[in-house]
Amino acid sequence: MAERKIVDAKNTFCPGPLMELIGQMKMAEIGDELEILSTDKGSANDIPEWINKVGHEVLDSFEEEGVWHITVKKTK
Amino acid sequence: MSSDKISVMVTSGNREQLQMAAMVASVGAVSGNDVTVFLSMNALKFFVKGATESAPAEGEMGKLLEEKNVPEFKELFEQAVEYGDATISPCSMAVDILGISEDDLESFISEPMGLTSFLSDASEGQVWHF
Repeated sequence: MAERKIVDAKNTFCPGPLMELIGQMKMAEIGDELEILSTDKGSANDIPEWINKVGHEVLDSFEEEGVWHITVKKTK
Repeated sequence: MSSDKISVMVTSGNREQLQMAAMVASVGAVSGNDVTVFLSMNALKFFVKGATESAPAEGEMGKLLEEKNVPEFKELFEQAVEYGDATISPCSMAVDILGISEDDLESFISEPMGLTSFLSDASEGQVWHF
């Protein structure tokens, strides 16, 4: 069954949040959803770019009180 | 997904340059590019197992990198290999000059590479130097 996981990468800088997400994506199963939390604005732009480039799916992205929440789905 | 060849030559021993090289290598590799890193001159000593010396900052930015929670450059190079199949090779001349062997280097470092091989490997892609 698909799982949902929070990846807390707050207070680190580029490319820390992206690398943390990739590490978790490697271990996830196809269909799993991961929500990455980042306080780094550059990463908030870079993560969806990476997800689209490698062919996974961005489900949601919003900012709340200085923290970006980006939810992605592992599709392959 | 497009796959391009990215060759990164790293010769600097300062923090800013090593950090930027590690960022290009790691992000390049995890984005599906074929990344080769060539470590020589003042860069190589930081990749000897058990090296404790931290890379000196060249300027203000280097000092800030140390104070803030920025991923460590060695960790990023290791992730380039682990997540993106990058190849990180020490320059064979630098290995000889330092008087070390392949076994003295961090485990994510590949076999020493000569300049001829690096140049031939780099001939059809992007080449970055730090």
